[in-house]
Amino acid sequence: MRKHQKHKITKPLSAAGVHLMLGGYTLIALFPIILILINALKSRSGIFDDPLALPNAETFFLGGFEKVIAKSHFLTYFGNSLTVTLVSLALILLFGAMAAWALAEYKFRGNRLLALYMAIGIMVPIRLGTVSILELVVKLDLINTLTALVLVYTAQGLPLAIMILSEFIAQIPKELKEAARCDGVGEFKIFFQIILPLIRPAVATVAVFTMIPVWNDLWFPLILAPSEETQTVTLGVQQFIGQYVTDWNSVLASLSLAVIPVLIMYTIFSRQLIRGLTSGAVK
Amino acid sequence: MKRMPWHIAVFLAPAVLIYSVFSAMPLLDTLRLGFFTTNDAGHYSFVGLANYSTILTDPAWSASFWNAMWNNCKFFVIHLLIQNPIGLLLATLLSLKNLKGARHYRTMIFLPTLLSVVIIGFIWQLILSPLWGVSEGLMGKIGLADYFAPWLGQESSALITLALISVWQFVGIPMMLIYAALLAVPEDIVEAAHVEGASAWRIFWEIKLPLILPTLGLVTILTFVGNFNAFDLIYSVKGAIAGPNYSTDILGTLFYRTFFGYQSQIGSPTMGAAVATLMFLVILAGVGTYFYFVQRKLTRYEL
Repeated sequence: MRKHQKHKITKPLSAAGVHLMLGGYTLIALFPIILILINALKSRSGIFDDPLALPNAETFFLGGFEKVIAKSHFLTYFGNSLTVTLVSLALILLFGAMAAWALAEYKFRGNRLLALYMAIGIMVPIRLGTVSILELVVKLDLINTLTALVLVYTAQGLPLAIMILSEFIAQIPKELKEAARCDGVGEFKIFFQIILPLIRPAVATVAVFTMIPVWNDLWFPLILAPSEETQTVTLGVQQFIGQYVTDWNSVLASLSLAVIPVLIMYTIFSRQLIRGLTSGAVK
Repeated sequence: MKRMPWHIAVFLAPAVLIYSVFSAMPLLDTLRLGFFTTNDAGHYSFVGLANYSTILTDPAWSASFWNAMWNNCKFFVIHLLIQNPIGLLLATLLSLKNLKGARHYRTMIFLPTLLSVVIIGFIWQLILSPLWGVSEGLMGKIGLADYFAPWLGQESSALITLALISVWQFVGIPMMLIYAALLAVPEDIVEAAHVEGASAWRIFWEIKLPLILPTLGLVTILTFVGNFNAFDLIYSVKGAIAGPNYSTDILGTLFYRTFFGYQSQIGSPTMGAAVATLMFLVILAGVGTYFYFVQRKLTRYEL
């Protein structure tokens, strides 16, 4: 293989210009989030006197957090969001991988048509079916349950999961499966013990992609599970802030409480996510 | 033809079942419901295209529908003209050779994309609030304090401001997709052009850009679908009424109001279904245009 000769960014001046632009934009991207986080830790006068200052001994104040945790059911909301996200994710990954395997591996009548049918969900937002979804959920007596959310999110996440996972499964060498079949290994065992471990990196990528819209969704919690006990973080924040508009400490604290878990998840998974975005997933 | 062996059916059943029951069927059923109306007892009766003619021609309805539609178009055009060019610029800078810290820039610029639209909406509401004075203070530092206005509260600027907030949040998506496409441009072509004496500028316009056109097409259609399905941002900042005076109303908020009702108007599932169907048609037209014209034309650039 020919080694690529790398040409540098031509002049040092233009390199500085590039950093100036990227650094400037990074500042624009992060400034609002940092502003909220630092002000959530300040007293009311600290928030208003000098919004851009870091909290100091004089202005440091955790009252907003105390109030939010005491007055709203933030912990319940977190539990709900976590349950809904994790269960949906598990179902999407398991059922998605199974279906992807079936569509990629076996030739049967209607294979292409079925793949197309499942792929439609990538482009058509499930939200447009809300009128009927609500009727269905009421009929099944699942209104105000987390189960309703899980089922809807699973349906929403499957198309993309199946598409990405099929592509990965199609790349697995034939010999591996043929060898197993020659030894008389059953199809289920081949899938669960050989294929599933092999596609783990792809599964992780799909997991990160699928998790974000589920965790952040407002629409379905608002419509299918708005009761106090089933609210998710997104809906909880939305309603809490509506009630406490003028209490800046509480508003900033509740925004921070909603942002922090995502920040933590992002620091853990950002590599996986970005690798997924910049590799196989976007072909 | 052989019948489908049972193990294939077992692999497919859960996914196909859940997807069909909670996504495909509700969607079809919504299209069907648009042709019905309900009475007070909740009985459905077939009315043909009456709901659609009401929405599109009855003055009480058509004004708000076309207003939402027009606003939604503006919302999309702002994304198209601002979000995607910024995304292209950032991606191009990030893909420069030997750029130190590219990974960190990438990670940080992508961060806002992951946060809930609801949270982003509130954060910007606070920042733009004249009460807090952060924006006014910052503008004052560069001598522009006089130009500050409560943009989110004015009919003339609220929609544009919301669109820009959304651009700020989602610029990471076009950036990443374009960045990935730029990395995939074959090295030898760029190398050859470089040897021939082409400037970096020319290489970008005449080699890289044509090669990433399919990605730009994809970014456009993703933006289109996302924008014509948007709801959360407007709802969390402006409520279901999409004020001031419906100036920020888009199809998503109109759908919500039609379905659930607001103030004196009672919600109607069938009218809601009709609005959803119209949204579906708009999205379908966009996706169809993309697949039949844009993508087909663009694939010839692919190597």
